[in-house]
Amino acid sequence: MNAKKAKKEKAKKEKGDGLIRFTINGQSVQAREGWTVLETARQYGIHIPTLCFHPAVHPIGSCRLCVVETRQNNLTRVVASCITPVSEGVEVLTDSEEVQNVRRWVLEMLLANCPASLQIRELAQECGVTSTHFTVEHPEDACPRCGLCVRACDEVVGVRAISLGNRGVFKEVTAPYHQRSTDCIRCGTCLYVCPTGAMEQLFPQVSSE
Amino acid sequence: MGDAMAQVSTAGKIEDFRLPSAEGLAAYRESILAERDPNRTVIIVCHGTGCIANGSPKVAGALRKSIAAAGMTAQVIPQIKTTGCHGFCSRGPLVIFQPSGLFYQKVKENDAEEIVKTTLLEGNPVERLLYRDPRTDELIPYDYEIPFYKHQQRIVLRNIGKIDPVDIRDTIAVGGYQALAKALTSMTPEEVLTAVEAAGLRGRGGGGFPTGRKWRIAVENARKNPGPVYVVGNGDEGDPGAFMDRTLMEGDPHAVLEGMTIGAYALGAHQGYIYVRMEYPLAVRHLSIAIEQARALGLLGENILGTGFNFDIQINRGAGAFVCGEETALIASLEGRVGEPIPRPPYPAEKGLWGRPTIINNVETWGNVPQIIEKGAKWFSKLGVPHSTGTKIFSLVGKVNNVGLVEVPMGITLGRIVEEIGGGVPGQDRFKAVQTGGPSGGCIPYELKDTPVDFDSLSAVGAMMGSGGMIVMDKRDCVVDVACYFLRFLEEESCGKCLPCRLGLKAMLEYLDKFSKGKGSQEDIDDLHSLARAIMAGSLCALGGTSPNPILTTIRYFKDEYLTHVVDHKCPAGVCKDLITYSIDPEICNGCRACARACPQGCISGEKKKPHTIDASACIRCGMCMDECPVGAVMVE
Repeated sequence: MNAKKAKKEKAKKEKGDGLIRFTINGQSVQAREGWTVLETARQYGIHIPTLCFHPAVHPIGSCRLCVVETRQNNLTRVVASCITPVSEGVEVLTDSEEVQNVRRWVLEMLLANCPASLQIRELAQECGVTSTHFTVEHPEDACPRCGLCVRACDEVVGVRAISLGNRGVFKEVTAPYHQRSTDCIRCGTCLYVCPTGAMEQLFPQVSSE
Repeated sequence: MGDAMAQVSTAGKIEDFRLPSAEGLAAYRESILAERDPNRTVIIVCHGTGCIANGSPKVAGALRKSIAAAGMTAQVIPQIKTTGCHGFCSRGPLVIFQPSGLFYQKVKENDAEEIVKTTLLEGNPVERLLYRDPRTDELIPYDYEIPFYKHQQRIVLRNIGKIDPVDIRDTIAVGGYQALAKALTSMTPEEVLTAVEAAGLRGRGGGGFPTGRKWRIAVENARKNPGPVYVVGNGDEGDPGAFMDRTLMEGDPHAVLEGMTIGAYALGAHQGYIYVRMEYPLAVRHLSIAIEQARALGLLGENILGTGFNFDIQINRGAGAFVCGEETALIASLEGRVGEPIPRPPYPAEKGLWGRPTIINNVETWGNVPQIIEKGAKWFSKLGVPHSTGTKIFSLVGKVNNVGLVEVPMGITLGRIVEEIGGGVPGQDRFKAVQTGGPSGGCIPYELKDTPVDFDSLSAVGAMMGSGGMIVMDKRDCVVDVACYFLRFLEEESCGKCLPCRLGLKAMLEYLDKFSKGKGSQEDIDDLHSLARAIMAGSLCALGGTSPNPILTTIRYFKDEYLTHVVDHKCPAGVCKDLITYSIDPEICNGCRACARACPQGCISGEKKKPHTIDASACIRCGMCMDECPVGAVMVE
């Protein structure tokens, strides 16, 4: 182990540029320290579908659409690429069988739970998922509860007018005490970042009057 | 409950005098032992939560009254001691005589007079209160001979049932805080850490991560980035049917405090937190009293035992979210945020509470630490099997004769736990399956009863150690229904942060619901399997990641039963209501009308002393007729 580490250190020194080298789908890539797998893939034009990711706010790995398979030290894992930091020598696969399986089921669940979202239907279609096994309970629902609007309101606008209320299957985007927020400045950032168009329905319920 | 709780506490406030040194502790122990007569009869009345609910405080009160009324002379007056849970919960309330070990079960308030008269005054056992082995029908008078206790190896639970948890003198008398004194006076922090590493202790909360390695990571991180380090005791036990941590915190709170203090010394921490779920009021109470008493004696707080080491512990109550047992969610909750997990790495040992290295161990893990220090890493590593050393506490529940808490060496086979300690399945010669590891664990079939119970062997068969729940099932339990039950629990407890867990549990339940109604196809079973795999791979934290285990293991070991549901539209166990019908065998029925009286629908008819019939169109399949029938004439298909 130590010998391996020393070798790695040496290789790093020889190259001397502080870049981290690994592969995505067999293609050699370089990344800066602190980058995520998703950032690197985007840099190289390698497509990974995402829903809850937006470069302006911190990623939280909620939607799990961006999963990739990583292989390193005989350890194979499926991780969310938006929150996984790059590491030297890791092999990343963006379209392995396991990854496809997760993506397929996530999209099927999204189709059943956000049936009103055109964007989700398009995203699913892009990945080859056109129908769902599951029952549609709320045909008008378009919100995947990814919390992107909440993060944008907090991190970009800085007013925290909306939040994710309740938990589990009852999770919802709401304003404090289910009352229209008085902190909201009606800037529309949430509307802009919402990846599914759900905020258009929600905005009148949570925004200030 | 309020009254019962008031009766639980028997100890007075400990006088505030700080033990100046390790020698001071030894001298204090000597003085406590000198005051006690080892031959004096001590009547121990179990005051675990289960026994309290069954009326043990009343039993203790009645015994006190009867003894006073009997007018015994001062020398022979027995002491009545209320202790933590003895583990044999299905037989409570328990009353045990020390030093003899005479064991009475299911004692009621009005048995007290006879106990005092027959046992204390005449010296004979009260036969009807003795334990009778359900299989051999033999009377067993002493606790150490009862198979339930005989086959256990009690390391963490060793003091529970012997000491009064709210009296620190009792703990000190049996050797409590000796390990802390040893660590603080004769070992360096590095030596303590090395001992825990060498002992091979692995986390008892579920993951089984090597405790020593975790500590090492925190120590290294704190060295690189100087500042405070925190230790946390995780007592947020929430698995259905599990009560190991509760019993430990209620019955021997000082073991947890001592373990955490030793850990803090090794890690250089000065502040600790115990995170206890709100639903454990007695555990919170006993821990609070223990902390207060330990502080009064200078075993917690500043300058512990005069060694200059400072460490204090605060109790935090969880607000009832199962997911807060997960490390990162627990930290979020401690910090006052919503209890939702965040992705790891960074692990809490690197960056935890307030961004500082934090060691979170289950309270049972902490309870092992003093033993390792006192008796040595070598002694500990010889218990159990290599890679899974020591013992593990399990709560053995379900269709088993002896329901309760057992502590066994790692590596003991599943069959031995159920058959020898648990006394087998009532009325049947074998169990059908055992669910280990709580809702996120797996269902192990009878055919694998020789599986050793250790971290790696359980993972190999698709189950897991988890925190130590062990639910025994018999042929009247349906695997589809069992999977449904655990998934419903997890669906309710999912925090909803990541999509595979929030929607995936609901999606898996949709399949299971279909199967339990006899709908679906073989293809659906394969789809469910594939969905379960996706959720396992795709979830953010261990709650979602392990949630498909009940499905994956039941499909793996009981696929036939799934097929019977969807292909033959039958539930072989007679559980799934849409697939069963109740009927009465006219050959056996004696017309006693017990079923007709019990039926909430009033759909059983028939003349007295003539065979009865059930109107299937009105029947709601509650099974009460079957429970009531004295001759076993009610059948289910």
